[in-house]
Amino acid sequence: MASFTVGIVVFPGSNCDRDVSWALEGCLDIKTKFLWHESSDLNEVDSIVLPGGFSYGDYLRCGAIARFSPLINSLHDFVKSGRRVLGICNGFQILTESGFLPGALVANKNLNFICDDVDLNVITSKGGWFQKLNEKQNIKLPIAHGEGRYHCDQDTLKKLTDNDLIALKYKTNPNGSTSDIAGITNEKGNVLGLMPHPERACDESIGGIDGLYTLKSLITQ
Amino acid sequence: MDQFEVKVFIRLRPSVLDPAGEAIKSASSKLGVAGIKSLRIGKMIEVKLESNEEDIKANIELLCDRLFANTVIEDYEYSINKL
Repeated sequence: MASFTVGIVVFPGSNCDRDVSWALEGCLDIKTKFLWHESSDLNEVDSIVLPGGFSYGDYLRCGAIARFSPLINSLHDFVKSGRRVLGICNGFQILTESGFLPGALVANKNLNFICDDVDLNVITSKGGWFQKLNEKQNIKLPIAHGEGRYHCDQDTLKKLTDNDLIALKYKTNPNGSTSDIAGITNEKGNVLGLMPHPERACDESIGGIDGLYTLKSLITQ
Repeated sequence: MDQFEVKVFIRLRPSVLDPAGEAIKSASSKLGVAGIKSLRIGKMIEVKLESNEEDIKANIELLCDRLFANTVIEDYEYSINKL
């Protein structure tokens, strides 16, 4: 049997694809394969990462045009099959624009591009994306975004809360996100969207390893 | 087939904070123009297209609903002008 392979989608304008590959291959010894956005064959990969960056130059809205790529079209069946999809930053924006996750990401409240390490509370254990050691688990991950303010209406927020779909909340809200939300999952738990970058927290020498568990959980079936 | 010119206006829904609009509102007051109660930024997209008259509205609705606007955060309206 072929070894477990994580597909990393490359759009024109993606710029964290190689970081994700470095973290998975170099830090976790997990095999990766880059998938050009025009490919629609997802048979050779077992889970998928939509990396950060500026797909299609963020034209119109972040993630709006990436949604129409053949790969995203194939992603519907991939998700239905229960395989895992992790959208990081621009990947999260693409997941909301494509309707895989509810809500939208809009310009930060203070209009700044925020590049910082943030403290986060792990809220859900759905999907097993985070190591939940106790009730109040905190992790620290880097963020780097100009349009990371999660927005949804009150009905959606209630649904997210009632169904335990909020993955991470900022301890101190940096961008004005609704209910301090930094990441959410779908109902099945196999799709996770995050504004923070777990791939940038996989080695002590660059400031922390709190992202390792989430990336490692890509190979959970 | 007829030629049409369509203007689509996209604006953030009233419930969505528009920080860039707030910044411009603040700058506007520095010009000495008093009384600005609200200022919000939208987008305008101009499209020229060829279409059957009976299809034009459905085509524009499709473009607006699926691409031009994200209806989670934005509302849209449009005007269609036959050339």
